[in-house]
Amino acid sequence: IWLNLCQYLFFHRQEILKWNGWGYSDTRFLFNKKGQAEFTGKRYRLSGMIIPALQNWFEGTFGASVQHKSPAMPILTSSAVQPPTLNEAFVDELKSTGIPCSHDAEDRVFRGHGHCLHEVFALREGKVGRVPDIVVWPNCHNDVVKIVELACKHNVCLIPYGGGTSVSSALECPPEETRCIVSLDTSQMNRILWIDEKNLTAHVEAGIVGQELERLLNESGYCTGHEPDSMEFSSLGGWVATRASGMKKNIYGNIEDLVVHVKMVTPQGVIEKGCQCPRMSTGPDIHHFIMGSEGTLGVVTEVTMKIRPMPEYQKYGSVVFPNFEQGVACLREVAKQRCAPASIRLMDNEQFKFGHALKPQVSSIFTSFLDGLKKFYITKFKGFDPDRLCVATLLFEGDREKVLQHEKQVYDIAAKFGGLAAGEDNGQRGYMLTFVIAYLRDLGMDYYVIGESFETSVPWDRVLDICRNVKARIIQECKDKGVQFSPLSTCRVTQTYDAGACVYFYFAFNYRGLSDPVHVYEQVEHAAREEILANGGSLSHHHGVGKLRKEWMRETISDVGMGMLKSVKNYVDPKNIFGNRNLI
Amino acid sequence: IDPMLKKRDDFEDILEERRNSSDLKYALRCYTPVLYKGVTPCTSSMLKSMVLQSDQLHYVINQVSKETGKATDDIKEEASAILEEMAQCLQLSTVRFFAFTLSKAFKTLFRSICVNEDGIQRLQQAIQEHPVVLLPSHRSYMDFLLMSYILYTYDVALPVIAAGMDFMGMKFVGEMLRMSGAFFIRRSFGGDKLYWALFSEYVKTMLKNGFAPVEFFLEGTRSRTSKSLTPKLGLLNIVMDPFLKGEVFDVNVVPVSISYERVLEETLYARELLGIPKPKESTSGLFKARKILSEDYGSIHVYFGQPVSVRSLAQGKVNRCQFNLVPRHIPRRPSEDIASFVNDSAYRLVRAQEENMVLKPWVLVASLLLQYHHQNQAAGQKRGIALGELTAQAVWLRDLSRQYGAFLHWPDHIPPSEVVSSSLTLHRGLVRICEDKVQLAVEQGPHSSVAPEEELLSQAVILLSCASYRNQALHVFVRPALLALAIHTASSNQKQEVFNSFSFLRNMFSNEFILCPGATVQDFEEACYLLVKTGALQFTQQEVLVTERGHRTLAFLSTMLDPFLQGYQVVCRFLCEEATETLTEKQFIPAVRKFIKKLLLAGRLRYMEVLSSDLQKNSLAALLRLGAVRKMKG
Repeated sequence: IWLNLCQYLFFHRQEILKWNGWGYSDTRFLFNKKGQAEFTGKRYRLSGMIIPALQNWFEGTFGASVQHKSPAMPILTSSAVQPPTLNEAFVDELKSTGIPCSHDAEDRVFRGHGHCLHEVFALREGKVGRVPDIVVWPNCHNDVVKIVELACKHNVCLIPYGGGTSVSSALECPPEETRCIVSLDTSQMNRILWIDEKNLTAHVEAGIVGQELERLLNESGYCTGHEPDSMEFSSLGGWVATRASGMKKNIYGNIEDLVVHVKMVTPQGVIEKGCQCPRMSTGPDIHHFIMGSEGTLGVVTEVTMKIRPMPEYQKYGSVVFPNFEQGVACLREVAKQRCAPASIRLMDNEQFKFGHALKPQVSSIFTSFLDGLKKFYITKFKGFDPDRLCVATLLFEGDREKVLQHEKQVYDIAAKFGGLAAGEDNGQRGYMLTFVIAYLRDLGMDYYVIGESFETSVPWDRVLDICRNVKARIIQECKDKGVQFSPLSTCRVTQTYDAGACVYFYFAFNYRGLSDPVHVYEQVEHAAREEILANGGSLSHHHGVGKLRKEWMRETISDVGMGMLKSVKNYVDPKNIFGNRNLI
Repeated sequence: IDPMLKKRDDFEDILEERRNSSDLKYALRCYTPVLYKGVTPCTSSMLKSMVLQSDQLHYVINQVSKETGKATDDIKEEASAILEEMAQCLQLSTVRFFAFTLSKAFKTLFRSICVNEDGIQRLQQAIQEHPVVLLPSHRSYMDFLLMSYILYTYDVALPVIAAGMDFMGMKFVGEMLRMSGAFFIRRSFGGDKLYWALFSEYVKTMLKNGFAPVEFFLEGTRSRTSKSLTPKLGLLNIVMDPFLKGEVFDVNVVPVSISYERVLEETLYARELLGIPKPKESTSGLFKARKILSEDYGSIHVYFGQPVSVRSLAQGKVNRCQFNLVPRHIPRRPSEDIASFVNDSAYRLVRAQEENMVLKPWVLVASLLLQYHHQNQAAGQKRGIALGELTAQAVWLRDLSRQYGAFLHWPDHIPPSEVVSSSLTLHRGLVRICEDKVQLAVEQGPHSSVAPEEELLSQAVILLSCASYRNQALHVFVRPALLALAIHTASSNQKQEVFNSFSFLRNMFSNEFILCPGATVQDFEEACYLLVKTGALQFTQQEVLVTERGHRTLAFLSTMLDPFLQGYQVVCRFLCEEATETLTEKQFIPAVRKFIKKLLLAGRLRYMEVLSSDLQKNSLAALLRLGAVRKMKG
């Protein structure tokens, strides 16, 4: 019985999640026999629906064809996986603690990657590089303490694993690592340990996944309000380790604003503060050594987080602007007046068109008539150029009266910049797409299209320049690198701050005719990041550095900054037990 | 790369159509140029208010107000007035007027105006993709009217042109030019922050918005000597700034080479260089120039070069992150890497202009005639050279210059003797042919009623005019010529000795010729390559050897630089012998001129060219740069 239970726990993830793509196994986009796009499964609002315009958009945008398939390898052949390098003494002692572990090939492969394009592309081709040699599932903080002690004793390499949604090569095993690599999977540490309603905090184990945390808190009438786009799969510990940001940060704050107390197990022992105070003046905040440490110093095991009563009322909205410049000017003004709704995002024209292509088939003639009328009104009556207009999606949250008041304030500002309210539906669809958009990459990869998104943060005066230049750089680099088809190069502003904004770029191209598409992709992304930095953007707003962006750390934080981080690492983990080699 | 392999486009004569169809129709035809894809449509007056409302200007106005105590409103008014004085107001109607009148004038003056249409196509493409900067060479007042005329002809977006303030002296003409796209800059505004801010912001605004291609002259002023001038960096700095600060994705710079078979201002320039006072630029003066209209000025070749992407120029040379830490609207002195990047780029662009300059056979003939003139003079002969011999020499030089990669327009289907004679005919003011002997038109007349100094000057006018044609070919020969001179002056044939001597001469003459800073080794290698390839030199492990046939080439090449060498020597002599007390900059030219005249009249100098104030200024600048002379304030 014990064995069966364990097996259930271990294989839990692979059963419902894809091993070589994004998200749930039952959920994917596909082109059906009629060539129409379909979204399978039952989990999302779009699930089970036909998306009539997608094929046209897809073929038109990428020069791809639904006739030209590039299917993935359906199953993993275990011969592709190198046999594990096991540290027998470590394994023996580990087993004696009773903490579950496995060196099954599937378990190891599943935890040996994040979701960077090159990682997923390789998996689809059935190629597996260096993966962890053993996976261990601690059940609580004390289990982690034991594991870290054993790792130090036997000199094995530990790589913490939360939700596996990294897009910075952070989970990739360093190929030069010769020691036994142990993947420390926190998924079993997924309980809310207590809720403190007086102080509005919750003490939570770090392995809990975002949507589970919200669901459990909602049961008690609370929420954290932390909703990164990956919240279905990403874990609390991962958020802390990467300095995550949530869609609704305008109300609830980013992870650094939400965390009250953190417990992290390091080779030197456990680090935590001695109280749960809202703010302290006690030297540099040790939380800031932990947050963003990307698994190089230890494992986050427990976190006390701020919670809020669930909002009484939510309302979506959208605004259409004649062009992107006006849209950015509006967002800037909203930020200046500090009246940003829970979420405000501005898509450029290409994304607006893309969003349109993702409209599901409508059942009633009336709705589509209304759509037609709306389109007419926007493009003809108002004189908006359909090839220049762009749209902002909004989410308001709070008590009803204030939401309506807030809404009016924002729409009034938008009007000053030529913005035209475009309805709740458009807004809601925009946010729904946030979760399904990640599935689209897999569809693209089935038809010779590869792509990825990456983000940055940038001062307000640079927003337009960075958007224009990075998009243009992507197009130019694709041309220079021999990409035969013009790429999709688009962006959106996803967060506003007092002093700047967060910008997301989406980039994809048809790779037919290229011998090494992933290499080309990486060169273009590299160039795009150089362009971002040259235009005053940051190395990352919330994805983190991992190994993908390490090369730019020195210029990002200066030599002394690097020295500081390195000396902390040297003190906390002199034997490099946490050897994922991220960040520095 | 072998210079022989340089590929250049073919030319098309745009006057041909003008001679066969109505000028009026042409001036009134539909004009619909392709614009920059990111253009923000705006008028000339909107541009001005954009400039006045820019962050840059606000910042500088506040700064000036703090420094001077003047009210910001007063400074704003001042700014507005400066901008009025500066701004262009491009109007199609004026351009049409010019299209009509210039058609008439050009047809009378010139045989043809040849343009490389492929270059125009590339320009069209560039204008659509990125903000464009046009950089024509500057040899004549006509240059920018000619440019606009050509662009109008090909339906290309008309440029806005940075022009010197001196044009504004001619009221009517100034306003006409303004309406054809010229904007006016004061010649010097050293420390005037407000003026600088207005000017740079005005240029940048036009560039960034894609209002029009921005045109200016990298050489800053018309070259009176037909040599390319050391590039001025101010405007180039300004137009590169939007790229460096990320305000545009890229800027395309298009070098344009305009070569005149006969320069309109030919003798004017010579007189200017000799210090014979020039008439002030005035409208009436321009009309007096009507007699010019009766003469034949041959043809013009205009070559639109390959657009150069500033982004690719800057690749790996400039770290654009340096602008991340200070708001971009706060004016800052360019950092060292940017200053040297802009300087290097400027030299590259001037060389690109030079490379695409069309050389006419006359340029070679003039070079030969000058050398003959001085040799004969030294030998006391006054008989000129037989046409046949001159032709043979010219053919030799033709082949040599082609091997050096010159863009030579020598009609190969016509017998060389005819080519040479027709060159002589076109430039009959400078040469004399009698009894089949050719010589420069400088022989002393029997009428000795003229004062010897006046006589000297009138001879010098002819010589300097001739030299200006020879100068057109200098960029082809300068590197091998420096090597030839280096071999001549080096104490031994040792490679290292020769290189040292080359390096010294190159350094000495780097105010005189376009020699990219820091490229001594490349220049040396290029010179060696050319001389070895043409069989004039051989290299052993250690030594440089002149071949049998190489002597002629090397003699020709080093003689070419002789006047310059003598010029620098005589300036040094002047400074040693005469300028015992400190000398103001203003006094320098008249004093050195007087000194040289004396030597020339005494027959102690060979080259009248040393009378050229350009040469004198350059040598002083070189001596200053090398630390032989010191500049003192006050």
